[in-house]
Amino acid sequence: MRSGIIALKVGMTRVFAEDGRHVPVTVLKVDDCRVVGKKTEETDGYNAVQVGVGIAKVKRTSKQMRGHFAKAQVEPKKKLTEFRVTADALLDVGSEILVDHFINGQKIDVIGTSIGKGFAGAMKRHNFHGLRATHGVSVSHRSHGSTGNSQDPGRVWKGKKMAGHMGDRRVTTQNLKIHSTDVDAGVILVEGAVPGSKGSYVLVQDAHKSPMPGDAPFPASIRTGGSDGSAVLVADSSEKNSGVVGGAAQQETKVKNDRADDTSTPEKEG
Amino acid sequence: MNIVEKISKDQIDRVVENRPIPEFGPGDTLKVHVKVVEGTRERVQIFEGVCIARKADSINSNFTVRKISYGEGVERVFPLYSPRIDQIEVVRRGRVRRAKLYYLRGRRGKSARIAEKIQRPSKNTESK
Repeated sequence: MRSGIIALKVGMTRVFAEDGRHVPVTVLKVDDCRVVGKKTEETDGYNAVQVGVGIAKVKRTSKQMRGHFAKAQVEPKKKLTEFRVTADALLDVGSEILVDHFINGQKIDVIGTSIGKGFAGAMKRHNFHGLRATHGVSVSHRSHGSTGNSQDPGRVWKGKKMAGHMGDRRVTTQNLKIHSTDVDAGVILVEGAVPGSKGSYVLVQDAHKSPMPGDAPFPASIRTGGSDGSAVLVADSSEKNSGVVGGAAQQETKVKNDRADDTSTPEKEG
Repeated sequence: MNIVEKISKDQIDRVVENRPIPEFGPGDTLKVHVKVVEGTRERVQIFEGVCIARKADSINSNFTVRKISYGEGVERVFPLYSPRIDQIEVVRRGRVRRAKLYYLRGRRGKSARIAEKIQRPSKNTESK
């Protein structure tokens, strides 16, 4: 069992296939998905990797979390999640998982928080058909009907479908298909819809109920190359780590400024 | 540009590279060359009629062509950037004052005609 990826739901669009079919796709953005922690059988009783995504402002990160990120030598992340893995799929802390972790055509499960619908009636929430439009029905056209028997139970059964809060809960959509991935842009295109609103984080992992394709990278697709390791900005060890590597991206510079403002060492810029 | 726009634009660019889209609008008579698969072989079929509507929405853009086939009105909506379209040919430019010519649906024969647009060489070339 491999680790999954945290992604940002960007929105939906359409892609034309070669034969003219149009495929509705959801665009997911993976912004620097890194392994922040590792749980092992010996120390924690189970195997899992903690994965983080996005860039959080250092000054908005609590001191405890800053310490946690510093230990992993990873920039503060916006969203953290654990993925249970088998022992052979444990990943090194600090490594970056790339979107080609999933191969084209692979089946995946996507977990998200569904869009909140508020207090919804029985028609919307449970697809009840409501009451009739005529034949003496007054005022209650969208109500549910009877909720049970009379004196025999003398109460309403537990679990009776009624009006109530709808949406805004954890939803898993199973067996979606990967349309394509773009490693440079960190974009995954998934065929069909995934739960949640635009701008929400979703968890993408191998489908539970479909076999994993043999040519998918195991234990994960990790970014390799020497320059990358040094590009990692350490959150709280700024005393030792004086500079940013050459050609640092704007975001990294911004993080550095935040940090400077935090630990009051602005002259390191020079 | 956000990611969704970029994905759409990349696709549009790829289509337009192979198949430039002529300038056309509602009222114009078009010949749309559509690729049709019959069994195993593929051929091109032509759908000729009046463009009665255009929708401009990036990759979701489409246009509606209406023709009278064996006395029966037929409308077909084509996605503008569909790879099934081989070519779009403008046969005749029409002078109309609406963006959507749905009023043509209720008309037949003489009253369903559209006057031809006369192209002035200098200043009125822009108006449709």
